[in-house]
Amino acid sequence: MLAGPPPTYISPTLPSTMPTSSPPTYTNQFQPPIMPPHFQPSYPPPSSQTSMATNGINRPPIQYPYLNSGLLPPSSQSDASSPMANPNSQIYGSQSSFPNYQPSPNNQPTMYPPNVHPNPIRPPSVHYPNYPGQPLPTGSVQPQLPQARIDTDSLPSVIQILEQSQEKIQAPFVTSTPGALPPLAGTNFVCQDQGSCNPRLMRSTTYTIPNTADMIKQSHIPIALSISPLANLRTDELEPPLTNFGDIGPVRCQRCKAYMCSFMQFIDGGKRFVCCFCEATTDVVNEYFNHLDHTGRRTDCYQRPELCLGSYEVAATKQYCKDEKWPEPPAFIFMIDVSYNSVRSGLVDYICHILKTDLLDYLPKDKNAETSTVRVGFATFDKQVHFYNIRDSLGQPQMMVVSDLEEIFVPLLDGFLCSPQTSRGVINSLLDQIPKTFVNSQETETVLAPAIDAGIQALKGANCGGKIYVFSTTLPIAVAPGKLSNRDDKKLLGTEKESTLLSPVNNIYTKLGEECAQNGCAVDLFVFPNAYYDLATIGEVCRVSGGEIYKFNFFSIENDGERLLDELRRNFQRTIGFDALMRVRTSTGIRPIDFLGNFYMTNATEMVFGAIDADKSVSVELKHDDKLSTDSNTYIQVALLYTSISGQRRLRILTLALTVTSAYTSFYPACDLDTIMNFTTKVAVRSVLNSTPKSIRSSITTQAAHMLACYRKNCAQGSAAGQLILPDTLKLLPVYSSSLVKCDALTGTVTLNTDDRSWLMHRLMSMDVKGTSAYLYPRIYPLHTLEEDHVTPSMIRCSYDRLSDAGAYVIENGLVMYIWLGSQLDPTFVQYVFGLQAASQIQPEKCRVAQFDNPLSKNVRGLLNMIRDERNSHMKLFVIQQRDSMEPFFKNYLVEDKSLTRGASYIDFVYELHREIRNILQ
Amino acid sequence: MATYQEFFLQNEERDGVRFTWNMWPSSRLETTRLVVPLGCLFTPLKERLDLPAINYEPVLCTRDSCRAILNPFCSVDYRAKIWICNFCLQRNNFPPQYAGISEQLTPAELSPQFTTIEYTLIRVPISPAIFLFVVDTCMDEDDLTALKESLQMALSLLPTDALVGLITFGRMVHVHELNCENMARSYVFRGTKDLTTKQVQDMLGLAKHQPSARSVPTNPNVPPQSNAFYSKFIQPVSVCDMSLTDLLGELRPDPWPVLQAKRSLRSTGAALSVATGLLEALYPNTGARLMLFIAGPCTQGPGMIIDEELKHTIRSHHDIEIDNAKYMKKAIRFYENIASRASINGHVIDLYSAALDQTGLHEMKYCTNYTGGHMVMSDSFNTSLFKQTFQKVFAKDNKNDYRMNFGATLEVKCSREVKVCGAIGSCVSLAQRASNVSETELGIGGTNAWKISGIYPNSTLSLFFEIINQQQEATQSVPTDQRGYVQFITHYQHLSGYKKLRVTTISRNLLDATTHLPAIAASFDQECASVSMARIAVFRADTEEGSDVLRWLDKMLIRLCQKFAVYEKDNPGSFQLTDTFTLYPQFMYHLRRSQLLQVFNNSPDESAFYRHYLLGEDLTQCLVMIQPILYAYSFNGPPEPVLLDSSSILPDRILLMDTFYHILIYHGETIAQWIKAGYQDLPEYENFKQLLQAPVGDASEILQNRFPMPRYVVTEAGGSQARFLLYKVNPSQTHTNCVWGQAVGAPILTDDVNLQTFMEHLKKLAVSTST
Repeated sequence: MLAGPPPTYISPTLPSTMPTSSPPTYTNQFQPPIMPPHFQPSYPPPSSQTSMATNGINRPPIQYPYLNSGLLPPSSQSDASSPMANPNSQIYGSQSSFPNYQPSPNNQPTMYPPNVHPNPIRPPSVHYPNYPGQPLPTGSVQPQLPQARIDTDSLPSVIQILEQSQEKIQAPFVTSTPGALPPLAGTNFVCQDQGSCNPRLMRSTTYTIPNTADMIKQSHIPIALSISPLANLRTDELEPPLTNFGDIGPVRCQRCKAYMCSFMQFIDGGKRFVCCFCEATTDVVNEYFNHLDHTGRRTDCYQRPELCLGSYEVAATKQYCKDEKWPEPPAFIFMIDVSYNSVRSGLVDYICHILKTDLLDYLPKDKNAETSTVRVGFATFDKQVHFYNIRDSLGQPQMMVVSDLEEIFVPLLDGFLCSPQTSRGVINSLLDQIPKTFVNSQETETVLAPAIDAGIQALKGANCGGKIYVFSTTLPIAVAPGKLSNRDDKKLLGTEKESTLLSPVNNIYTKLGEECAQNGCAVDLFVFPNAYYDLATIGEVCRVSGGEIYKFNFFSIENDGERLLDELRRNFQRTIGFDALMRVRTSTGIRPIDFLGNFYMTNATEMVFGAIDADKSVSVELKHDDKLSTDSNTYIQVALLYTSISGQRRLRILTLALTVTSAYTSFYPACDLDTIMNFTTKVAVRSVLNSTPKSIRSSITTQAAHMLACYRKNCAQGSAAGQLILPDTLKLLPVYSSSLVKCDALTGTVTLNTDDRSWLMHRLMSMDVKGTSAYLYPRIYPLHTLEEDHVTPSMIRCSYDRLSDAGAYVIENGLVMYIWLGSQLDPTFVQYVFGLQAASQIQPEKCRVAQFDNPLSKNVRGLLNMIRDERNSHMKLFVIQQRDSMEPFFKNYLVEDKSLTRGASYIDFVYELHREIRNILQ
Repeated sequence: MATYQEFFLQNEERDGVRFTWNMWPSSRLETTRLVVPLGCLFTPLKERLDLPAINYEPVLCTRDSCRAILNPFCSVDYRAKIWICNFCLQRNNFPPQYAGISEQLTPAELSPQFTTIEYTLIRVPISPAIFLFVVDTCMDEDDLTALKESLQMALSLLPTDALVGLITFGRMVHVHELNCENMARSYVFRGTKDLTTKQVQDMLGLAKHQPSARSVPTNPNVPPQSNAFYSKFIQPVSVCDMSLTDLLGELRPDPWPVLQAKRSLRSTGAALSVATGLLEALYPNTGARLMLFIAGPCTQGPGMIIDEELKHTIRSHHDIEIDNAKYMKKAIRFYENIASRASINGHVIDLYSAALDQTGLHEMKYCTNYTGGHMVMSDSFNTSLFKQTFQKVFAKDNKNDYRMNFGATLEVKCSREVKVCGAIGSCVSLAQRASNVSETELGIGGTNAWKISGIYPNSTLSLFFEIINQQQEATQSVPTDQRGYVQFITHYQHLSGYKKLRVTTISRNLLDATTHLPAIAASFDQECASVSMARIAVFRADTEEGSDVLRWLDKMLIRLCQKFAVYEKDNPGSFQLTDTFTLYPQFMYHLRRSQLLQVFNNSPDESAFYRHYLLGEDLTQCLVMIQPILYAYSFNGPPEPVLLDSSSILPDRILLMDTFYHILIYHGETIAQWIKAGYQDLPEYENFKQLLQAPVGDASEILQNRFPMPRYVVTEAGGSQARFLLYKVNPSQTHTNCVWGQAVGAPILTDDVNLQTFMEHLKKLAVSTST
């Protein structure tokens, strides 16, 4: 949907003539770049995926024999032989063996040009030839290789590295060792919490922090955390257990208010403890006292999750509640646009239908809870706002019309929010009535801000948090607060003035978002626009409240109905917390300085979320206040105070231990590129509003160049000047950076309208590490091989050259999905998968991968479901054919290629990067 | 010639008019020297069973400045078919359809017994009456249930073509849409906001539906086409009966929580504002009745009487006096504005208040007083007092017609000698500045026409007049046959939808007061004078301090006595009042003590309630309010009226007191003991049982006919409720002048002066040369 032009552009008959009229020119030239047949450990046969999807499991089960041992992990596992578990020793090992450039048995020698010096055990860097066009300061004898001769295969490949990493994962990742680098976000691993929290909950850009700010300045590697506090864990991982300290409440350091964690040191026979963050001592209250054993650990160490785990939950006491009152269980409010457009497109009818027949039966509940305690409320709006009384004692629903929009208010209290269990009869009758009531609506103008405002007030009145689901079709142009006008000017996109278009036009929606955040609710906006919607302004309410925007351009039930239903289901089912407050505490000498994501801040340290769910992530940049001691570790603690779906007030405490170093040689190997790219992406997206596209792009390139130059200067001095040297952990930096500078969120190509751009920027700001890595490097799977193969096919590099004309591929980046059909594809594929006689019948948007009883269809659907589950999103699917009019949109996602507009190809970017590094080094 | 008393009664019976003076002085100065102003109590729609049904248009005087209606006092030249207007002396031709008249064949309007006559204007289109229920929901379940039953009953009592609508309010104001299928729908307004009519109309979407009605230059006298279009909010009973029944059935007490030590948030003002705006938009200048039911004071938004905090008590008379009523002035302004808007359009506002505490009638009284609405005060909607009163609103007379009428205008025409000073009653000025409007204002003046939006057969206005000096030759000529004429023209909309026109023409002789003072004195109607003075006093009490009003009343009484009594100067013993004045001082005595002027022990709401009825009721009822009637029942003889005096309270008597607002049965001490002993149940004491029954029967008869239902109290000597009696009677015996065991009657524990002392002072002051 992202790049999809409006359906009116598509001539369904046109593409069908293309393959015949212009025969493919590259037919035999390219083999699909199939990797050596790897053992594919990650995914079980796709056939089993469908059933798992319905279970809500979005990760396939692992094949490692591993039993989660709960609170008492056997200590022997702590030294598990994960290749990444103990980086320190290896770093030193690799440093010492640095000059011995022996070919590594693990790395394919063909990967590197002859002058690469692979490290025998673990190459810290990969050296690349001197590229043409560079001034050669040393008069090097390196041959001037023409650009065409450089084989793309010789450049580091995301897919290869993912597969290599995946292969190395043999045992669970155990978090007992501070500074241990976790597996790549894109790999399939199990984590065992033994002190620091699961990397799915929190990742750091580096696991060994430089001891001085200067090192960071030199290296240009940001010290940042990417936190997804409610992230989904694998079923075989330990969910943060819920503990309860009773009346004494969570145990905290009296000075810095850090929460009890496994790194706190008990002294004086257990009477006091020393805070690992500020080193103050705090008396242990009698209720919490326990004796220490001979090693100085409390004897109940393994009975209490806070003493042995990096992530735990604790039931909050009343002091942690708003006004010291226990919150009510959250409520969901559905606000449905009933103006002409909405009625005509069938949206009103459809939403009411799915709510009634499906969604209301699957309202979220706490784990272990019998039934959902979520209450629901309904309102509709056009030029007025209509509220519905659905009290169970009523024979029929009552509608209340509020047309005083200047000061909107909720006209009722009791019957607005009701439990769907008790009021089901009235609700069903209401959902039948709403479409009938408005079937003849001629109202084309709508309001929006008053409707949202009313929702906030309703939740406020009911003393609960919750979600406001807004289904809106048009720009709110009716006279009311929050009235907007069409200010779209596509010509500005990509120019220096684009920020005016992408910034909110006023702060009304921002204010609404702030009010949401302060009242513990979030707005999830489902927009169905046929024209400009001004998401840049309206989206603010979602951004500040912690909600999400779903966009369905030119909505039709036929094309998007299923997606809408699935997105709503996923939205309902994911873990969510309301009225949340998050704070990051760190050891002295370092402190959080910058916060990125979709939330609201009232002061410099606390992030306020109306709601936060499993798919939301924030980034926090840390800054040195002081020089850190390399003798001790640095600790990070994230405390999230929230109200669970059942209305329980809880705290989730995540603790992470990092080591400290003064050496670049130990700093670089501890870097996590996925997290760095996540942070860089968010910084870049944020700066769209106050910078120019050109400077953003150049700063990304410059930063990447600096990172590599600093490494070169400090860790690889012996190498030849013309060589491009990539540290092992940053091998993929060029490809990610090249993708980032030309990604549609930052460049805004012609294929992307203003609203889509705003939407993308909104999504990226809350994206987790795994999400950004997929966004920066889309996954391509071949589909034509699925018939025989039951395992997940290997991924393919994002380059057009690697697609076979006789193949069918799916590409996805977490936001959109395309199925590409090669011109020489066997027609039976179309029959089997789409149920169509010929590829010419395919309509890009309407095409559905329907259920057919053949292995190919099953496997394709299995694969798509697996992708959707992994992204927890029902991405818009376009089916396009090779060389049809929509192919350029698809090609846009082939990030290794030169992009449609000005984006350089991977190779070109590497050249540019290398040039810049050399400039820096001079 | 009959006595004046019979003349008064006959006049009242025929024309519904009683004048304070029935011979008028011929000069202005002499008129003012009469002390009691020249005025009358006029009951425009006095029930007359013998009125002929006249379905043609009245004949008007052709002089533009006159337009008086042909009446029995006009001189008619039957041969020339010419009549001379008795007001302006214009000679008018009869219209063609009167061609056949002769001395033997006169139209009804010329017949001397029809000085009051009623025309039904059948050419004006019929518009059904409109009832808009505005219901408070801040009350407990029981009360609301009772109220819902009453409303349900009202629906069954309404004519089927009547239009009805429903607005409910609590914290919010809900305007209910009628006849919605499957889903009840209401438009909701914030209770804290005062909306303009335009805003209300826009928000209700009314402007959109009536573009045609708005574009036509509005003629205020033409109501919108009645059958063309019904809005979704107001529809005929026959159409929306089911829907309304359902709506009422679903009605629940206001769901918003009321915190401890707080009042419920009640948006009476906003609701009234919306209701008025709705009627204005849909039915301007059409009879409509806005019935407001409240169970407490307005606590938010426009018209706020008191805030939410229970610790802040609602204003008392004392607070008002020391200017400690924070919200009062603003609220008064608000309700007055609403009342004006409603009255201009002929809409009536009724206030049905049911609460133990005050509900703000003091501030809201303008709504009823300006529009002729009912003001009913009860403790709860679940009392028979409310239920029966409410039922009576829809009562029919013996012609099976509803007793309520709408949108009346009363215009007064005068002969040249007479000018109109003003009116006091449930009306508003139409600001019609005709030539007969006096410069001197008394009551609502500056006009010769008033609007009475809600008018009933017993609605009575006080009208005041002024005599102006005649031209020189007139005074010189023999004055005996000089007559003054007054014509009252009342247009109104009958509940049947017909517009009717009632004309009452009266004449009185003009006398030269300098020579004929005794004749004028003999024509004094002291009952009418008492009620007129009471109304003036109450009218003044609204704007002046209570003590000033009392002082004024005293001064007027003294001056009247000085002028008309027979006495020697400075000799109180010689003081003698003539027959026509004997009762007047006594009425004034009781008026001074009545709850109409005394605010002690009354809340402002109660005062407003009491005064409201004084301004609307007819003469007899007003007199009862001023001086309650006391009947005695005993074995010593048939029931008899007795003095309103403590000496009337005897142990072996049963007393029945009617104060208009209360009906009280009081069992004397002995009677009470007999009841306790149970004699009434013994067969041999059947007569005692009958004695006990007698006052109850009489009381129920009064209850039957009274609107509003009086509070019915049965008490006995020493009973706590006996206070209602004790504070009304003249305290001729008190604890100071009474020796126990000797006196006849019951001593009253009071320091108030009794009538005797009052009279002595009056005599002293009247005869004194110094005053």
